[in-house]
Amino acid sequence: MSTDTTIKGSLGVPMKRKEDPRFIQGKGNYVDDLSFPGMLYMALVRSPYPHAEIAGIDISEAMKVPGVVAVITGKDLEAAGLGWLPTFHGLDKQMVLAIGKVLFQYQEVAAVFAESRGAAADGAEAVQVDYNPLPVVADPFTSKKDEVLLRPDREAKTNHIYHWEVGDRDRTDQALQASEKRIRQRMWFPRCHPAPLEPCGCVAQFDKMGRLHFHVTSQAPHVYRTAVSLVTGIPEDKIHVISPDIGGGFGNKVPVYPGYVCAIVGALKIGRPVKWIESRTENLTSTGFARDYHMDVEIGAKADGTVTALKVSTTADHGAFDAAADPSKYPAGMFGIVTGSYTFPTAHAEVDAFFTNKAPGGIAYRCSFRVTEASFAIERGMDILADELGMDPVELRRKNFVKKEQFPFPSVLGFTYDSGDYHKTLEVALEKIGYQALLKEQAEKRAKGELMGIGISTFTEVVGAGPSKHFDILGIKMFDSAEIRIHPTGSGIVRTGAKSQGQGHETTWAQIVAEELGLDPQNILVEEGDTDTAPYGLGTYASRSTPTAGAALAMAARRVRERARKIAAHLLEVGEGDVEWKDYKFQVKGVPAKSVTMKEVAFAAYTNMGQNEPGLEATQYYDPPNMTFPHGAYIAVVDVDRDTGEVKVRRFLAVDDCGTIINPMIVEGQVHGGLTEGFAIAFMQEIQYDKDGNNLNTNFTDYLVPTSLETPHWETAHTVTPSPHHPIGAKGVGESPNVGSPAAFVNAVVDALSPLGVRHIEMPVTRDKVWRAIRDAEAKKGQS
Amino acid sequence: MKVSIKVNGVQYEKDVEPRTLLAYFLREDCGLTGTHVGCDTSSCGCCVVVMDGDRAVKACTMFAAQADGHEILTVEGLAQGGALHPLQQAFWDQHGLQCGYCTPGMLMTSYALLKHKPNPSDGEIREELAGNLCRCTGYNNIVKAVRQAAETLQAAPATK
Repeated sequence: MSTDTTIKGSLGVPMKRKEDPRFIQGKGNYVDDLSFPGMLYMALVRSPYPHAEIAGIDISEAMKVPGVVAVITGKDLEAAGLGWLPTFHGLDKQMVLAIGKVLFQYQEVAAVFAESRGAAADGAEAVQVDYNPLPVVADPFTSKKDEVLLRPDREAKTNHIYHWEVGDRDRTDQALQASEKRIRQRMWFPRCHPAPLEPCGCVAQFDKMGRLHFHVTSQAPHVYRTAVSLVTGIPEDKIHVISPDIGGGFGNKVPVYPGYVCAIVGALKIGRPVKWIESRTENLTSTGFARDYHMDVEIGAKADGTVTALKVSTTADHGAFDAAADPSKYPAGMFGIVTGSYTFPTAHAEVDAFFTNKAPGGIAYRCSFRVTEASFAIERGMDILADELGMDPVELRRKNFVKKEQFPFPSVLGFTYDSGDYHKTLEVALEKIGYQALLKEQAEKRAKGELMGIGISTFTEVVGAGPSKHFDILGIKMFDSAEIRIHPTGSGIVRTGAKSQGQGHETTWAQIVAEELGLDPQNILVEEGDTDTAPYGLGTYASRSTPTAGAALAMAARRVRERARKIAAHLLEVGEGDVEWKDYKFQVKGVPAKSVTMKEVAFAAYTNMGQNEPGLEATQYYDPPNMTFPHGAYIAVVDVDRDTGEVKVRRFLAVDDCGTIINPMIVEGQVHGGLTEGFAIAFMQEIQYDKDGNNLNTNFTDYLVPTSLETPHWETAHTVTPSPHHPIGAKGVGESPNVGSPAAFVNAVVDALSPLGVRHIEMPVTRDKVWRAIRDAEAKKGQS
Repeated sequence: MKVSIKVNGVQYEKDVEPRTLLAYFLREDCGLTGTHVGCDTSSCGCCVVVMDGDRAVKACTMFAAQADGHEILTVEGLAQGGALHPLQQAFWDQHGLQCGYCTPGMLMTSYALLKHKPNPSDGEIREELAGNLCRCTGYNNIVKAVRQAAETLQAAPATK
């Protein structure tokens, strides 16, 4: 039958992206691009005070502003039973609009609805709010004292939110005491913000039958639908959530924000569509921040460098509401990955979180929940231990790595690492960067007093939440899903519960399906983000798309193939058992000449299916049996100017192992992007608050993100250790470079400064901090 | 107030509020939503358009009134007769975009750069693009894309 010999594999091919033609022509479809007849604009009134009672709100002047249609306040929402919204892990609730008092600067106080963007802004200016300032708690250590109770609305009259721990405390303490070498270091992973270039926003509208259509910048549209139903009481079938093109998310677009609720309420109350697009300042000051972990890291080791114990105690600053988007049972996310790539016989990790008068959040910024913090702690800690031991940090890592024959590896803190080859990945990196030559160069430079540093990070991530027995959000288990429909002429449409924000799903999902079915990926349309059409899924964050939705997709494709096999048997006039799938075609076993293509089968599924079920489609829900554990070996080479403190990243090599690679071009692009954000976190990005609770980094002139000028040239390479439980062996990669690189950068700078006796430097490693570290170290040397 | 601005070869006569920014004039009055807004401080460059043939301007930092009587080229005007502009082709070929939000601004800044400097070095490209932020790509591939486009345009100087 078939004479088509052109079908080729689609997996591992650097296929150009299918979504790009619309983006390069300005034909993207972002939320702010939408416009509907009669649409109103919403602007929010925000608090200038970090902590204050609200004595009164006067909206009368605002209502006189031409174009202003309505103003709502917290009292209005409270009266409607919409005063508070649940946070995703269900441990707290957050005010939609301030009720009685404000708890952080820029908190939402009132919403103004108007005929134009300008009128809404004018109306917001005209709302008069009387504040009585209250004492401000601007750090978790002050909060801990409970002298000022920030959340009297909660049952527990304390600022302490939760205590979480894992591991054996007593055994770890004993092992630390007995250890021949021991290090202890306080590390602060500072508060930063993902700052996707497209701010958050939405358009809410009710149709003539009272059904809500909600376009929103959401990384998890199905969860939004359920959350909106739970908050507003609108039955879920009356809610249609659409995530159109999203201009970057990086975790920032996972939580449900107060502005969304206000827009929905406004649309319902006024009976017209309402658009709300936050400004950059609103984005940086009120939506999900990340990190803000103060970590005390202790490692014990034998004199030969064999590690014996790890203990990490963390004080976490969660801001005014516990809005961290962590799975219910994991308030500190996957922090238990803190033992990293090493075989610790015992370990203990604990996190205590506190309220402060700062913006709420604690989202997973381009990482699986709290994995970046954990990776930084262990990778920085290992370097400090190497320094203490007088040992090459590479040698220390080699000595303590989990060996490839130990996989699946049960970590002492409870994870089962699926697969890996840490030694190999490190060796590839050392070879490629020319480690020995760099060490020689460094020794020569040091002899001349020049400061050159080499920083290593050999991290292990845990991604792809997750097995439903462990992970849920708002009670919804963290499975994912995929649906495939193959049309009569051999093209098709694919939908998943994930949602691309730049990851390139329109291309990679098509490649997976094309590979499994022997079809042309150019004719596989991928559609995501519409809750009316896509199967239920938990969305895209925590590198979970490929491990969950990607797996569901491969399995759905295999279901399609099994249905197709029956039709192929009918076409080939043999029993089903005599048909095999080979070289992307069905053929009669042992008779390659007798074959049919999937395209031919697809046509037959609608025109000549014999006794078989017509049509060719499948849906698959997938509950992963385990997480996936991507890993990598990163090496940074820096030169530090002794007089100015300027750090120049001369080289950076990332060797990633993310299992099977679907599209090497996209993987490389993701690694470049993640490294740039890791570079930003290490050297530039920080949301600072002064002691009075004022946010000091409220726009892109104060919150520095790297431009093309600062960003280094990135070198990349890969090893491939497939995940044993993933249908195609893929693990996910988008976040690895952001997780693994900050420690490599900081390790490199500290290594450069180590001849001066510098042992640690806090992020962001600014020129100023480096200069002070050099000055202080030299002054100390001068004294001794 | 009335403004008359030629955008992508089409004359737009509109009555706008004096405070209307050029970016919102393009997006909301002309319906050309390819020009994006990503910040409030003229920092991100998502809104860059080309004025009078070769000048890259941030449309969020200009009033529509300031463009009165001028010609504006936006990302929607780059492709001609269904054929992608060499810059668009190069961004696609070199994987110079991911979420796509910064892309229109990157393209328009690069367009103006190549008008002034047809054969820029990597350093010159990076310097010129320093007013355009990208959170996804890490810039390496964007630089490659601009270089590819420069080569294509030099090989076929008749192309726009």
